[in-house]
Amino acid sequence: MSDSNHKIVNRLLTALFVLLASACSLNYESNVESGNRDQILHLGNGDEPQELDPHITTGIPEFHIQHALFEGLVAKHPKTMAIEPGVAETWEVSEDLKRYTLHLRHDARWSNGDPIKAGDFVYSWKRALTPALGNLYAYMFYPIQNAQEYFEGKLDDFNLVGVHAPDEYTLVVDLKAPTPYFLQLLDHHSYFPVHPPTIEKFGAFGERGTRWTRPGNFIGNGPFTLKEWKLNRILIVEKSPTYWDAARVRLKEIHFYPIPNGSTEERMFRAGQLHITERVPLEKINVYKRENPAALSISPYLGTYFYRFNTTHKPLDDKRIRMALALSINREQIVERVTKGGQIPAYNFTPPDTNGYTPRARISYDIDRARALLAEAGYPEGRDFPALELIYNTDEGHRSVAIALQEMWKQALNINIRLSNNDWKVYLDRESHLDYELSRAGWIGDYLDPTNFLDLFVTNGGNNRTGWSNQRYDELLNQAGMTGDQTARYELLQEAEAILMEEVPVAPVYTYTRVRLIDPTVRGWEDNILDQHPYKYVHLEAAE
Amino acid sequence: MPAFILKRLLQALPVLLIVITASFFMVRLAPGDPFSQERALPVEVMKGLRTYYKLDQPLVTQYIEYLKNIAQGDFGPSFKYSGRTVTEIIGAGLPVTFELGAYALLIALLVGISSGVIASLRPNTWQDYVPMSLAMIGICLPSYVLGPLLVLIVGIWLEWLPVSGWGYIPGDKILPSVTMGFVYAAYISRLARGGMLEILSQDFIRTARAKGVSESMIVLRHALRGGMQPVISFMGPALAGLLGGSFVVETIFQIPGLGRYYVQAAFNRDYTLILGMTIFFAVLIVVFNLLADIVAAWMNPRLRSGKSAGG
Repeated sequence: MSDSNHKIVNRLLTALFVLLASACSLNYESNVESGNRDQILHLGNGDEPQELDPHITTGIPEFHIQHALFEGLVAKHPKTMAIEPGVAETWEVSEDLKRYTLHLRHDARWSNGDPIKAGDFVYSWKRALTPALGNLYAYMFYPIQNAQEYFEGKLDDFNLVGVHAPDEYTLVVDLKAPTPYFLQLLDHHSYFPVHPPTIEKFGAFGERGTRWTRPGNFIGNGPFTLKEWKLNRILIVEKSPTYWDAARVRLKEIHFYPIPNGSTEERMFRAGQLHITERVPLEKINVYKRENPAALSISPYLGTYFYRFNTTHKPLDDKRIRMALALSINREQIVERVTKGGQIPAYNFTPPDTNGYTPRARISYDIDRARALLAEAGYPEGRDFPALELIYNTDEGHRSVAIALQEMWKQALNINIRLSNNDWKVYLDRESHLDYELSRAGWIGDYLDPTNFLDLFVTNGGNNRTGWSNQRYDELLNQAGMTGDQTARYELLQEAEAILMEEVPVAPVYTYTRVRLIDPTVRGWEDNILDQHPYKYVHLEAAE
Repeated sequence: MPAFILKRLLQALPVLLIVITASFFMVRLAPGDPFSQERALPVEVMKGLRTYYKLDQPLVTQYIEYLKNIAQGDFGPSFKYSGRTVTEIIGAGLPVTFELGAYALLIALLVGISSGVIASLRPNTWQDYVPMSLAMIGICLPSYVLGPLLVLIVGIWLEWLPVSGWGYIPGDKILPSVTMGFVYAAYISRLARGGMLEILSQDFIRTARAKGVSESMIVLRHALRGGMQPVISFMGPALAGLLGGSFVVETIFQIPGLGRYYVQAAFNRDYTLILGMTIFFAVLIVVFNLLADIVAAWMNPRLRSGKSAGG
């Protein structure tokens, strides 16, 4: 072809080159750099928050945001999780441990400047217990006298519920039974106060989905207040000037990013767009251990990863079979080779040192005993053992653990397990209808008390989902619920835990950890077992 | 012409009705409950929620109610995002998805046509092999590989461009647009090359050359118009694909578009959101097909009265 052809080719190539070059010459300051200068924390926060209303949400992303926007009657120390004053400055507990008298601080203010009154709490808790609102966490109020009866509609008069405001700055709470962990509940989002005039302005008292949580409408009482909320993009909170402890708050803003994908989040962290990630993809944990251990944070988390056995299903109705399965799980191997995130092998159900309680009863890793039990139950060397189905919800991590277990059971007991991947909602459906044989499960505690774990398996409990029932176990938990003395109470729970580990309706696998990437400039973000990080203690310090 | 458009619009209505009806009943038949979650729900809460979202009524009543509501443009509240309406969620994602689609299209056309034309002008030389090999790779390389690869090289190693977001930092729109545009660019490039080669070998081009018309004149004035025919017919499906949003690209680059919601809504069993999205996409496809038909009819009057090319 001719020379002019060359010219066209050259012209087009030049145009392409210019386009690429101009795209690449852009220089930008990363979020971490600008954030460190301006005290703006950039945080990966999992999913888009469903809502910000503390009486409606249940998720962890929402919880992270609500802890910036609201404050309960008490708060927790960032490291020890010990109870600290919040809206309440002081409190007294009656001798029978059933009456709490809380004195609100006079300088506590809503973000519009209104003082926070004891009546606001009565209003808020009444709202949280209104069935029409659909508060999934209403049961958190059940320790309070008559709260359950009111919520279930057996009682119409809220005055009979054990919460009263004798004067503007005093709140009296009457409990059904001594509840040693009651103060902890006050820091849970379901107990957070809402601003009554704001609720009424945007809808009826018990109405769902009103616009009160939108920027501009929102009134809260936390160290931060809502500045911006762009669906699926970002949620920004800014320091609240009316917060009583504002002098302590050093961050100017926190930017919460909804990032459902772990790999995307990890790339954003590497590009300096996030200070803290919500998680670390499984395959990246070892890379960080090797190459950037300073950024990797692994801390124990109040949660147990376990498997449920459907005890109504043959042959799992035989506890020897369940025990054989539980005994042949090599938990050390699972945490070291499969999950790799510093998880702790679990040989009992309640995580160790849950508010001073460490279960004594434990199952072990004992293949010989497992084989003997299996033979005793009529399946020597796994002969004629029916192929059981194991269900798990779609997740690479769950799948890996399930494959490991499948292999361990095959090797130790010579039995076959079929794996069945289910999408989340189907998995929940099957588990709650006992339409499964083995099922992967997890439980994260809401507060530091062993009953938060052991309560799961009372007969017909909504979260039991194994069909297991034991009269003595129920009695023990019931007794513990009425015992105020912590030592005596923990003894009862130890006995219950022993029954659970003898009957094995569930096989614990490991205690969770929280694995995160944290930029070294973040200060005051302490590891703790509840994964709560009071933002008023956090600040950024750029390394010079 | 107006009669033709009217007729096509009337034909679209039963299509939409079928889509709505099928989706309405299918989402409700899917196992799993929109409100179920890890923690068991108290019976009172479940009842309250079902009443609030009118799931306690007979299915047929729900269906009729739903049709009435959407006739008035009300797609209802999202089940999962309790404070938001479906219209609001679609409204928030739509501009982003369209903008991303438009940039991707621009890149696809620019890169695709120019590289295709270059290749066709110098067939079987390196100017042909290099872009065509790249195009082949582009067709084979899925965006979930290309996206992270670009992020790694351009974003993290070279630190030239932001790796995520949409309109937060200058330049953050480039990588997603390139990722999404590249696959289409690859197709267009091959189509353009083929079309051009065919035209360039025809008699009228030879005549023009013989008359001494300059080579750039030949390409720009004579060959391009005909050579681009295959590209133009590819634009219909390409447009629908680009403007429908992309779950993969949106996830990789953390873009608040529509593609992500569609998938999440299905997993969450968010009935109203799934339906709203489905109807929205159905309308989009119907409209694009109609536009394509109108263009075709405009170019070929014979189609106007008789049978149309597509549905």
